[in-house]
Amino acid sequence: MKRPEAGAFAAFLITYLFFALATPGTGFVSVNGTAGWLNLAAELGIVAIPVGLLMISGEFDLSIGSTVGAASMILALGTNQYDLPIWPMVFLALAAGGLIGLANGLAVVKTKLPSFIVTLATNFIVIGATMGVSRLIANVTSSSIVASDSAKFVFAARWGQANISILWWLLVAYIGYRVLSRSVFGNWIYATGGNLDAARGAGVPVQRVKISLFIATGLAAALVGILQGVQWNSGNATYGMGFVFQAPIVVVIGGVLLTGGYGSVTGIVLGTALFGVISSGIFYTGWNTDWIQLFLGLLLAAAVLANNYVRRLALSSK
Amino acid sequence: MSQPLMELRDVDKFFGSTKALKQVSMQVEPGKILCLLGDNGAGKSTLIKVLSGYHQPTSGTLLFEGKTTRFATPREARQRGIATVHQDVGSIPLMSVGRNFFLGAEPVKGRWPFQSIDTRLANEVAVDQMQKFGLTRVTSGEQLVGTMSGGERQVLAIGRAMYFGAKMLILDEPTSALGVKEAAMVLKMMRIARQNGAGIVFITHNARHAMSVGDTFVVLIQGEVAASFNRGEKSREEVLNLMAGGEDMSELEEDLEQID
Ligand SMILES: Nc1ncnc2c1ncn2[C@@H]1O[C@H](COP(=O)(O)OP(=O)(O)OP(=O)(O)O)[C@@H](O)[C@H]1O
Ligand SMILES: [Mg+2]
Repeated sequence: MKRPEAGAFAAFLITYLFFALATPGTGFVSVNGTAGWLNLAAELGIVAIPVGLLMISGEFDLSIGSTVGAASMILALGTNQYDLPIWPMVFLALAAGGLIGLANGLAVVKTKLPSFIVTLATNFIVIGATMGVSRLIANVTSSSIVASDSAKFVFAARWGQANISILWWLLVAYIGYRVLSRSVFGNWIYATGGNLDAARGAGVPVQRVKISLFIATGLAAALVGILQGVQWNSGNATYGMGFVFQAPIVVVIGGVLLTGGYGSVTGIVLGTALFGVISSGIFYTGWNTDWIQLFLGLLLAAAVLANNYVRRLALSSK
Repeated sequence: MSQPLMELRDVDKFFGSTKALKQVSMQVEPGKILCLLGDNGAGKSTLIKVLSGYHQPTSGTLLFEGKTTRFATPREARQRGIATVHQDVGSIPLMSVGRNFFLGAEPVKGRWPFQSIDTRLANEVAVDQMQKFGLTRVTSGEQLVGTMSGGERQVLAIGRAMYFGAKMLILDEPTSALGVKEAAMVLKMMRIARQNGAGIVFITHNARHAMSVGDTFVVLIQGEVAASFNRGEKSREEVLNLMAGGEDMSELEEDLEQID
């Protein structure tokens, strides 16, 4: 009961069982049904993991949404407007994501302003710049993408209902787990968020920790933009806006403390899976999908309370 | 007499017009506990900041292991073997004992990219080291530091400093927030560290704690060394009077009675 992911695990189980029992014979628990909610969770999951690590280190990133859109527009303008091959554009999009992350990281570390506000500003700057530049170049804010077969396979392959983004999610989760729970850098992430002064005093390069994590979120957001762009054959500056708050929400549901210093990748994955189950499960019940928001809101409120409780539990017993 | 680990000669430290330290001379010897006593604002914190590299003296000399030295940063002082444990000890409550112990110097196993922290080794060494210093209640390196008492955290921080080869330990009021038992545990640990040859600077308000472990005593009053003496040269009364800034404590007690 004291592990950070305990609450998310229980919530996931209960919600899954609820939808499984409430929608008998609809195929929610079938292979295709499972692929359905995993698809919904996967792209959010890819950004949620670095966002979660960043939150454990004590910072927020609300600029991910605009980075997703910008990455998809880089693919669109490059392949459609300039007839460039897609792979160099993929790397350009990733570089742009990394650069946005670097800018966020430097701004937060140097100005010491709350990252909440700094990255909110970045979010508007990047989406504004993406739209402005797209209009200047092509007079559009969305455009189709021309992808090669190899790119289509890597970013948009499908097996039955299951999308390759699920594999990307698993890969990012695995890397995130290795980094956070096993590596020295992971120890520094916890320490930076747990007690900044103590971490610095012990020789942890806290600024480098934060900047690296901002870069990681930027890269992950760009990857999601690439996945979405190639899957839907188009780029759009507004792709990814939903992630801005969904990502921190599933991170908190996954047991990461808002104050930093505590959380796990397993928890974040469970929180994201829970999001997928709700979003997809509602559809199977035949209820209006508007209820998803209500569900998420209630879960978030419950999670914040539960996290506080789990934290106290962890500190009170041995 | 052995060579002092650290020596201050006529050190001044001014902050603008505030003279926080005036002509301070003192010696920290290996294997001895130096108690630094003084009232609020006497300059104790300023003095240990000079010793640990946070401040440079305005004038005067600092010798470390016999050589004139100027620490540019606290980091440099730490690398030379001077460990400072502050009252809040700088531990991270939501991390395990093992992870706290090795923070910033984590032992690793395996090869990149599959390299990972050797958690088992970290936990074993941490628990081992704390038991060596008399803390037997903590038996698992996985225990969160937030579940440990203040005294136990002191033990963790001191044990950590000793493990990483500190020659000199600066302890800023390590016992002041502790109950009797806990304080006794920390004092016992200081004795063990002394046996291991560390030179210890022990800042305290508590004359009894100071008298129970101190080998030498330095009393600061308004930035000046008001007295400096060895164990057994002064009675507890005299020490208390000195700490109160030279006033007679019995007079003070009379004042108190009048207030009542
Ligand atoms: N950075 C600074 N700038 C200006 N004045 C300072 C600074 N640091 C300390 N002082 C002054 O130097 C004097 C000595 O302060 P110091 O903190 O060393 O006292 P102390 O003996 O540690 O007191 P306490 O028991 O309350 O901790 C005080 O008058 C204080 O105001
Ligand atoms: Mg002080």
